Amino acid sequence: MKVEDTKHLARLARIELTESEVIAYTVEIAQIVDYVSVVSELAADDVDAEPQVGSRYNVLRGDVITNEPEQYTAAALREMPQTSGRHLLVKKIMKAK
Amino acid sequence: MNKTISQLITGYTDGSYTPTQAVTDYLATIETTDPDIHAFLHTYSEEALVAASVATTAYAVGDTANKPLLGVPLAIKNNILIKDHLATAASKMLENYTAIYDATIIERLREAGAIFIGSANMDEFAMGGSTENSAFGVTKNPYDTDRVPGGSSGGSAAAVAAGMVPAAIGTDTGGSVRQPASYCGLVGFKPTYGAVSRYGLMAMGSSLDQAGPLTHSVADAKLLHDTMAGVDPMDATTITDNTYPTVATKETYTFGVPKSFLAEGVDPDVLVAFEIHIETLIAAGHTVVDIELPLFEKGLAAYYIVMPAEVSSNLARYDGIRYGHSTTEATGLLEVYEKSRAEGFGTEVKRRILLGTHVLSSGYYDAYYGKAEIARSKMRQELTQVFETVDMILTPTAPTPAFKIGEQTDPLSMYRQDVFTVPVNLTGVPAISFPMGSVERDGKSLPVGVQYIAPHAGDERLFDAGVRIYDATLSTK
Repeated sequence: MKVEDTKHLARLARIELTESEVIAYTVEIAQIVDYVSVVSELAADDVDAEPQVGSRYNVLRGDVITNEPEQYTAAALREMPQTSGRHLLVKKIMKAK
Repeated sequence: MNKTISQLITGYTDGSYTPTQAVTDYLATIETTDPDIHAFLHTYSEEALVAASVATTAYAVGDTANKPLLGVPLAIKNNILIKDHLATAASKMLENYTAIYDATIIERLREAGAIFIGSANMDEFAMGGSTENSAFGVTKNPYDTDRVPGGSSGGSAAAVAAGMVPAAIGTDTGGSVRQPASYCGLVGFKPTYGAVSRYGLMAMGSSLDQAGPLTHSVADAKLLHDTMAGVDPMDATTITDNTYPTVATKETYTFGVPKSFLAEGVDPDVLVAFEIHIETLIAAGHTVVDIELPLFEKGLAAYYIVMPAEVSSNLARYDGIRYGHSTTEATGLLEVYEKSRAEGFGTEVKRRILLGTHVLSSGYYDAYYGKAEIARSKMRQELTQVFETVDMILTPTAPTPAFKIGEQTDPLSMYRQDVFTVPVNLTGVPAISFPMGSVERDGKSLPVGVQYIAPHAGDERLFDAGVRIYDATLSTK
C-alpha cells in the first residue's frame, strides 16, 4: 500500500480524506491486508474452487405491491436534506461550459 | 434491580408488582445510574409509562393471552428501527434520522407486549468491540467504569448489567452480542443465520448480521428469541423449520474443545475459568473431547475480508442525498458524496469502507474476497464433519476480560478480540455466551463468558443446555 493507493480507494469509496488520514490509513490498511492474506492458505488446496457466497437458492415472491399508496411518502420526504414540493433536490451533475 | 423477565412476569401475574411500578423503577435507576454508564442514547419515558399503564390494566383484567412479554421493558440497540424514533446507529451520519417504519423484530416484540424504554449506545454502525467508536461517547462497564462494556452492542449489555432494564436487544455480526455479554456477566445469543428477520436492522455485513437478546438468564434469551424469530416475507434469507435438518436435544451432550485454538493469545485466568467450566460439565454427566478445527481457527482473516467488503457496499447508501447527514460545503454532486461521508463517518467506519473497497477492487477481488468465500465454504464443511462426532463446540467467548477504555489503540489487536466469535457468523451457525466465572483485575471482579456453538438450526439445543447448565446455578445464588 502506498499513499497513492489509499487516495485511489478514497476516491472509489467517495470519502474525502485529509492528508493525515491518508497517511494513517495507508499504514493500518497495509497491516490488516498483510494479516488477512492468510486466506490464500485457507483456500490453498482448492485453487480451482468457485467462490460461493452464502447458501445459494432462489427466493421468489409474487410481483405485488404490499404497501398502501402514500404510506411512507411524507415521512421519507421529511428525511430528505433538500426538497422542493414532493421532489428531492440534488446538486447539478453536468458542469456548465 | 437485576430481575429476570420471568421474575417480572411472575410478579405481574400474582399481583405483587405491576408494569407501571417496574417501568417507574427502571426509569429511576436509569436517571441515577446512566450518567455514570452512558448506556442509553435516548429514553422514551413518557410513552413507556403509557404502555406500562395499558399493560397494568391488562394484567388486572386478565387480558394477557398471546402476550408473553406483556409489560416487559427493553432497551433496543440504536441500529434497529423503531418507527418515529431516532435511529442513529451512533453515527453523526444519522444523528437526526427518524425511522419511518418498524423493524420486523420490533413489530413482533411490540405485539408480544414488550415496552421500549430507550435506545442503546453502540459502536458506530456496529463496527467495534468496545463502544469507543460511538459518535456520542463511550459506554462504561458497570463492573468497572474504567473499562469498556464490549461491543458493538455495549450499550445494550451495560443497560442490563447495571439493572436499568431486565433485558435488551443487540445485533451480532462478528460477536457483537456475545462479547459484550461476556464482558458484562450476561447471557448473549446469536441465532442461526436466517432464524431472525433482518428487515429494519441497519445492514452492516448482510451475510453475517443477526439480532439477538442480552439477558440475565438463558430462559429469558429463549423467550425473546422465540418472539423475534420466524419467516418474514420482508427478509428473503429467513429460514423455515425445513431449511436445515432437525437438531435434537439430549439428556447429556458431547462437547468438543478445539485445544490448539486456545493455545495462544488467551488470558491465563480466562483459561482457568474455562477449565473449571469443563470440569462442571463432566461432573454433570456430559462428555468433553478434544477436536481439531484448523480452518475455523483462522476464520478471523476471512472475516476481515468478507465483513469490510459487505460494509463498503452496504454503507454506500449513506451519500448525503436522500437522508442522513448532508454537507453544506459542496458545490457539485461528487463533492456532496465525498464531503457528506467525510463529515458523517467516524474513523473506524472509514477504515472498514476503505479496506472493503480495496479487497473488492479490480486485481484484488480474486485474491481476497474470492479466496475468503472459498475459505468460508470449507469452514462450513469442516464444521459439518466435526458435528458428526460432537453436539456442541466449546470456547471462551473472548480471549480476555473487559479491557480498559483507551487501552486498545491498534486496530488489529482490537480485531483479535473477535477470534472465537467471528467463525460462528462466517459459517452461520448459532452460538450462546453465558458467564463461566470471573477474574480479578485491579481489585475488581470481572465476569468472563463461555461460548457454546451448535450446528445450523441448533438454537433450541443451545437453550436446552444453557438452561440446565447456567440457569440452574442462578436459583442457588
